[in-house]
Amino acid sequence: MKHSLIQSEDQIQDVLDWALAGNHGLAVRGNGSKSSIGRPMAVAAELDLSGLSGVELYEPAELVMKAKAGSKLSEVKAILLQQGQQLAFDPPDYGPLLGEDADQGTLGGVFSCNLSGSSRVKAGAARDHLLGVQGYTGRGQPFVTGSRVMKNVTGYDLCKLVAGSYGTLAIATSVTFKVLPRPEKTRTVLVYDLDPATAVRAMRDGISSVHEVSAAAYLPPGIAATSDIDYAAGPGTSVLLLKIEGPGPSAEFRCEAIQSLMSSFGKVEELHGHNSEKIWNFIGNVTAFVGGDAPVWKLSLPPSMASSVLKKIMEEQPGADYFLDWAGGLAWVRLPEGLEDGGASLVRGAISENGHATLIRSSETLRHRIDPFHPLAPAITKINRRIKDGFDPQNILNPGRMYLDQEKVGSD
Amino acid sequence: MLMPKPDQEVLAKRSYLVEELRKIVKAEGSVIDDTAGLRAFECDGLSAYRQLPMIAVLPETVSEISEILKFCAAEKVNVVPRGAGTSLSGGALPLADGVLLGLGKFNKILEVDYDNRCVVTQPGVTNLAITDAVKADGFYYAPDPSSQIACTIGGNVAENSGGVHCLKYGLTTNNLLGVEMVTMDGEVIRLGGKHLDAEGYDLLGVITGSEGLLAVITEVTVKILKSPEHVSAQLIGFPSSEQAGDCVGKIIGAGIIPAGMEMMDRYAIHAAEEFCHAGYPLDVEALLIVELDGPKVEIEYYTQQIDEIAKSCGAVESRSSQSEEERMTFWAGRKAAFPAVGRISPDYMCMDGTIPRSQLPKVLARMNELSKHYGLRVANVFHAGDGNLHPLILFDANIPGELEKCEAFGADILKLCVEVGGVLTGEHGVGIEKRDLMGEMFTEEDLKQQQRLKCAFDPDGRLNPGKVFPVLHRCAELGKMHVHNGELPFPDIPRF
Repeated sequence: MKHSLIQSEDQIQDVLDWALAGNHGLAVRGNGSKSSIGRPMAVAAELDLSGLSGVELYEPAELVMKAKAGSKLSEVKAILLQQGQQLAFDPPDYGPLLGEDADQGTLGGVFSCNLSGSSRVKAGAARDHLLGVQGYTGRGQPFVTGSRVMKNVTGYDLCKLVAGSYGTLAIATSVTFKVLPRPEKTRTVLVYDLDPATAVRAMRDGISSVHEVSAAAYLPPGIAATSDIDYAAGPGTSVLLLKIEGPGPSAEFRCEAIQSLMSSFGKVEELHGHNSEKIWNFIGNVTAFVGGDAPVWKLSLPPSMASSVLKKIMEEQPGADYFLDWAGGLAWVRLPEGLEDGGASLVRGAISENGHATLIRSSETLRHRIDPFHPLAPAITKINRRIKDGFDPQNILNPGRMYLDQEKVGSD
Repeated sequence: MLMPKPDQEVLAKRSYLVEELRKIVKAEGSVIDDTAGLRAFECDGLSAYRQLPMIAVLPETVSEISEILKFCAAEKVNVVPRGAGTSLSGGALPLADGVLLGLGKFNKILEVDYDNRCVVTQPGVTNLAITDAVKADGFYYAPDPSSQIACTIGGNVAENSGGVHCLKYGLTTNNLLGVEMVTMDGEVIRLGGKHLDAEGYDLLGVITGSEGLLAVITEVTVKILKSPEHVSAQLIGFPSSEQAGDCVGKIIGAGIIPAGMEMMDRYAIHAAEEFCHAGYPLDVEALLIVELDGPKVEIEYYTQQIDEIAKSCGAVESRSSQSEEERMTFWAGRKAAFPAVGRISPDYMCMDGTIPRSQLPKVLARMNELSKHYGLRVANVFHAGDGNLHPLILFDANIPGELEKCEAFGADILKLCVEVGGVLTGEHGVGIEKRDLMGEMFTEEDLKQQQRLKCAFDPDGRLNPGKVFPVLHRCAELGKMHVHNGELPFPDIPRF
């Protein structure tokens, strides 16, 4: 396979012209830390954007940054930190989960996959922070959408399509996004030894309180035990976690209020800044499931259904592991190896019409055999196919990565 | 403002269309074809443009909507969806040869779900009614456009409406969980629901703000939030707009994201004060209203910091609301700024550009020059936190030529916004008002790419044509890979 390390935008045009002329499929990637999400692709060349890096505009007082898509997240975060700012959607690092090194993810990658961490429940998803995209469509045309201002309804919001399209619609060369002040203080309230149904209710009460909880997660005993925070691993019980952030006096006040609210559910404990950061990274980066290639599913579902959906899955597959994030709206499930369909029918059957499940990690064979992305209703498939045709009529960009009907490269 | 030429073939079969539509929507008075009845729909909030629709239909069920759209598609009839008709950009302006689809009867809240912190509602429910339904339990729906008492949630989705609190809580798109919608071919589609994030492409994201060009929204699921424990507003007066703008930047730079941060200039302050006696200082050039919410201890902590920042920026007056009543009074002036300006001038036109905030002094100075050049006064209210400007141009439509002058002035302001790195519209939408300015912000190819999205939902271009895009392209033409330079492949396509 041909590998093109892009150093300048002109080179992208050349590669696209070549791909269009010969009907060649291209694997669009940054550092490749998430390349194994989705269906394996048969492509003629790799378009590697990791060389396109650097901040193009950063105005802290306007809460905006524009940077090249290949910029490493870890470097961007460090620059923001110097100004007391951050990416509020907590971009996760799935590198280790997917068998890659840590801290390899790029801006282009995290926005293209629309990946958000635990604060997504309050701060919104990656897509909510993406203000503008510059790049190329699969037509080989330069492409601009959005802007650098936060409030913009001029024309269709194509940023939303680029986010979460896994590079199947356009190649982003630069992204413009919203940044926010980093909270002065972070505290985490822990509640021990709750069963899943009670935990979901406790998370609901926490996040529906006036105390502005910014993340809520639940770790069953086996998962909590694998964390490197003694307060979570030590007791040998399940642990529920509620994150509170803000200026010092406010964070302390709310942390106390949440502890008193939660004390009716069980024994409570409090984590300060450093431990909070560690445990939320453990949750956001799915560290508990690092190692091996047993199928790992990411389920998005109504929080109130979390415990019943998990119950169904665990009854059928007692060897499975799971934990909850997003106040119950996100379930991470690791199923035992060796299931014919990787547990697709079980997981998707349990959710039914109420959410969706994405296979984030598995063997390559399994990703060939089943749909890694949730199957869509026929009417939506029809619209998606037309959208793909509009952006990339010859299907040269990441062909087939998301859906089978997009697998065939070439316009004929 | 040129609209697509009415299709004579469609007009010729009007009585047949009325008859058939009455078979679909049987309730008495639901298919309107008399001039007096149609008059109610001739314009939206942008009342300078008026057009009677060919027929208005007021369905009550989703299956009726599906049947209507299927029928109109088969008969090659254009459709304009309409909520409460409060659009400020002409998004719901009827077409002479089109069916106006009124969603006013979809006015029920279907479900309040506290376990999943959301409300499921029909699209014709007003923005404020959603908050009213959950207020007693201490919840609210965050986006709050000024028209929230009248505008509908379906319209909010179509326009991606904002409001004064979107700096902290986001626009409609950030608070929307799901929709049910009907495409022009009558297909009923559900996107999202009570869960987060899209499966596949984020169609919910592009439907939001699509101005009624992609599909008709028939049900909406929105996120609700717990009402903050305390809310407080601060009035800060400055001797110049530059100092006020500087203060806004420094507050955000200090890591404070207020719930709302509004700015008014001298004209707007005086008009508002005269209109509703909000207690605004009259000897300042610019006034900031900074709203904080959260626990008392946080509000006190930030108020002190903001006071210090304001002082360092040259503030001459700073006052915090001492009661909920006083806070509401502070806002009353700002919220009434448009009608207040309406009192000092026979007519006004409200513009809606967004600029990078650092460009404010330059933009205000140029706007003053333009004001002198056109001989028209301008008052400014400004969502200062996010850079969304609302210049109100004062004019008198009864003076021949003044509307045209006002339009030219408005266009110059919006071009200026784009020139300094901003956009044509922050929250009011493109509609017909800014349609012909789209070329200022986008290249021909970028506009074509946007229209290819339209083709994915509505290949025949039947939904709300003539809005948003200055040139109507045929989908077959847009789908082609190569266009020969200089040759118009379809010389007969409508260009406005």
